[in-house]
Amino acid sequence: MTVQEALREDTAPVRSRRRSRTRWVLPVWSWLVILWLSSPIIVMIVFGFNDTTGKFNIRWQGFTLRWYRELFTIPDLTQALVNSLSISLIVTVIATALGTLMGVALGRYRFRGSGSVNLLLFANIAAPEVVLGAALLSLFLTLGVARGYWTIVIAQVMFSIAYVAITVRARMAGFDPALEEAARDLGAGPVATFFRVTLPLIMPGVLAGALLVFALSIDDYIITSFNAGNTVTFPLWVYGASRVGVPPQVNVMGTLIFAGGVLLALLAAVANRRKQA
Amino acid sequence: MSRSRLSARLAPYYLVLPGWLWLALFFVVPTFVMLSVSTQTGDIVSGFKQTFHWHTYVEAWDAYHVQLVRSLVYGLVATLLCLVIGYPVAYWIAFRGGAHKSSLLFLLLLPFFVSFVIRTQSWNFMLSDNGIVLSPLRHLGLIGSRFHVLQTPYAVIGGLTYNFLPFMVLPIYVALERVDRALLEASADLYASSREAFRKVVFPLSLPGVFAGVLLTFVPAAADYVNASILGGAKTTMIGNIIQTQYFTNLDYPMAAALSFILMALLLVGVFAYARALGTEDVFEVNAR
Amino acid sequence: MPDVPTHDDLPADILRGLTSPRMSRRSVLQLGGASALAMALAACGVSSKKGATATGTSASAQAKQFWADKKQTGTLDFANWPLYIDVNPKNKNDHPSIDEFTKQTGIKVKYSEVIQENASFFGKIQPELAAGQSTGYDLMVITNGTYLDKLRELGYLIALDQSRMTNFYKYASPLVKNPSYDRGNVYSMAWQSGMTGIGYDPKRTGRPITSWADLMDPAFKGKVGMFGDTQDLPNSALTAIGVNPETSTEADWKKAADWLKKQRPQVRKYYEQDYIDPLSKGDIWVSMAWSGDIFQANASGASLKFVVPKEGAVLWTDNMCIPQHAAHPVDAMTYMDFVYKPEIAAMLAEYINYITPVPAARAVMRHDAAKATGDDKASLDELVSSPLIFPSPSDFSRLHRYRVLTAEEEKTWNSLFEPIYQS
Repeated sequence: MTVQEALREDTAPVRSRRRSRTRWVLPVWSWLVILWLSSPIIVMIVFGFNDTTGKFNIRWQGFTLRWYRELFTIPDLTQALVNSLSISLIVTVIATALGTLMGVALGRYRFRGSGSVNLLLFANIAAPEVVLGAALLSLFLTLGVARGYWTIVIAQVMFSIAYVAITVRARMAGFDPALEEAARDLGAGPVATFFRVTLPLIMPGVLAGALLVFALSIDDYIITSFNAGNTVTFPLWVYGASRVGVPPQVNVMGTLIFAGGVLLALLAAVANRRKQA
Repeated sequence: MSRSRLSARLAPYYLVLPGWLWLALFFVVPTFVMLSVSTQTGDIVSGFKQTFHWHTYVEAWDAYHVQLVRSLVYGLVATLLCLVIGYPVAYWIAFRGGAHKSSLLFLLLLPFFVSFVIRTQSWNFMLSDNGIVLSPLRHLGLIGSRFHVLQTPYAVIGGLTYNFLPFMVLPIYVALERVDRALLEASADLYASSREAFRKVVFPLSLPGVFAGVLLTFVPAAADYVNASILGGAKTTMIGNIIQTQYFTNLDYPMAAALSFILMALLLVGVFAYARALGTEDVFEVNAR
Repeated sequence: MPDVPTHDDLPADILRGLTSPRMSRRSVLQLGGASALAMALAACGVSSKKGATATGTSASAQAKQFWADKKQTGTLDFANWPLYIDVNPKNKNDHPSIDEFTKQTGIKVKYSEVIQENASFFGKIQPELAAGQSTGYDLMVITNGTYLDKLRELGYLIALDQSRMTNFYKYASPLVKNPSYDRGNVYSMAWQSGMTGIGYDPKRTGRPITSWADLMDPAFKGKVGMFGDTQDLPNSALTAIGVNPETSTEADWKKAADWLKKQRPQVRKYYEQDYIDPLSKGDIWVSMAWSGDIFQANASGASLKFVVPKEGAVLWTDNMCIPQHAAHPVDAMTYMDFVYKPEIAAMLAEYINYITPVPAARAVMRHDAAKATGDDKASLDELVSSPLIFPSPSDFSRLHRYRVLTAEEEKTWNSLFEPIYQS
């Protein structure tokens, strides 16, 4: 407790009494919300261990690790997972590259047309997925383009660029142009300056944008379903499987992706702390 | 102009060009194409021709205004619920989180590492009439034997609220986290109660976050169709379901395009009106700061 | 020191004018240009280039010419619905009937379960076919009805090689030989047939269900499931009001729509094939159902019953057909005829649990049942005697096919029935 806080508490006893009466409300509420948010995940993880025999994983029939062993025994599901991962990686690379360039431009420079570019990004984020997906589908239908793997990539990059651009632009707010000028004074060309000075400084923003794109892309259902043709991604497969019964392998894959995400976030936290130390 | 000066002037345009091109080709142009498809007539067997048949919009409204209004209502209710549920959580983490702020935020966002289709399917499983939530309640006599949650508007709105909560919490958290603690101390020195301090200092400063949160929640919630499809029933069809059916089952592309346009227009008009009302010109400037 | 005026030299108002973004003439022109371009693009419209439709005797001559130079290639790309083929219980990706096919003919099969709905599958392959491209499949299974008709009308199907259909003509049941939706089996051979009747959980309903009228029982309010589509739902409603769908008129359709509207408060949800889960869980007690689904659910531990209502029910057939520009048509024909061998038909029927197009399969299954023991014997016996797999003559008399609709009729039909499940 700082001196200021101590002084404040001393001079306002009435306030602290009132505060202590309702002080528990916020934490209890928040923990209840966190519990509510986690409950379907807990169910998903638990039923990944269900020794179910029927098509529908609905009644608890005993504990088993069988599904972890038989994880890749449904080729369509495995293919869907592979599709999702590969699409998301490609989309992340492209969208991060394009979005970073836009974000740097918008954050670093004042130029004519920046307003309309900002408007474009805003409209892209504000427009609902149904409309984005349907419009792109209309384009493909009109041009007679068959939908499949690459139309999914195109669609997902389209809605991801804006998120990276905005994240990077925010990061550019603290960027000192003097650093770039210094690099140029030392003889570096614009490309070298970008890769050796600008990019490393905004890297946390770029990585945050990339992570966001990956998360949005791997989980995307609506835009992907409009533009997927016969290609199946993981969310599409799970949605389709509900009609004939979601196999426990889906629970296991969900659990593993979840665990993977947790691990990544923990690593990022540890790396951050080490950097600060 | 010297070469380096010129390239400095052109630099932003080079940087923006690739992304801008992608968005122009795959966002802006398709929107116009969709507009043009919406005025075509025909069917999948004999082909579609451009006839500037604007009447499709009237037919679309006539046939589906119930679902359009219902979608806006569901979206609004879900957004308000997200606000009411999420604001206290954002406040608690921002102001009382202390050293654990990022861990608490992480804990809050953890469930969203799992695919949202799986999460919604999980709810479908949990809220089943004889499932793990309703069975015990029925045994305790707290609910009637006919009581059910699935296939009611409550299930759909509940699903929407659940799935979009982080979009509300995050922007509000960011805005609250930036509130200068010195302002709170100043208000305390001026004998404001903590409630007054909240009402007059903290809440107004969090408004840009609230605006961003409402925007990021309302638009996707109103246009969603997955929650209605998995958790909904006979009378909860949303406009997203209709659009999807028109594109993939009826193959009535003009009607589908017209409906998409009406939805987009309604949502964007609402968003811009809201932006004007709050006086925030560029939401993302504020949100990103 | 450059001579060029910098920002600082310009008067403030001019500077503001030069740098503030606004809707300039350039951007208006850009906007106009973009929309003009889009309009031009779209003026072409979403095209549907028709292929040649084969009709009459010239058609069979055309077909003979088509097949004259085609040869077996050793590969086959087969698109089917999920859970619609036999599966090795020890390895879910292995299909014994396909293995047998490869063993006997040497043709390797790439099997994909990509068809979820006729409409959406049609929507996916239509642009490719319209553009004259291959769909990537040599063989697909399409239900008789709107989309099979559309594929035929648009000329998107290859007429079958009648000389390669010996097993078919020898073993196919009269139900699927020369059917009303494909006279002369020019384009299709049946894969399996099924019935859309009523499935229910007797433990929850408390009484046996025998008719569509039972679905109006107030005791089942909110516990009824129906299909949300424009095929099974309207055709079943027509049988419910005592009309044969195949010969129904617009006046009949209106009456059927009224019946469905009266039923709405009873219905919990209009499902798209995903009714089995809620029916097993108890969220609904009675539902429109496909015969095979009920059988399979019971095999997985449920205790549901299926009934062909006394007013009647719909019989549908899923048909194998070959899309245009298929890369391996001869291999497709070989497969199509292969599955009409009674022993192969029995292999499929023992697993798929829908109505097999080969009546002789029953004798094979009886033979297998006599040889089997224990659980296998019990399930085989059940299959052989099940009216869901081998309907009785009295069942058949109550079964009708879907109404065949012209494009104009389809508009009226859809406008009457879609609002029922889309509200």
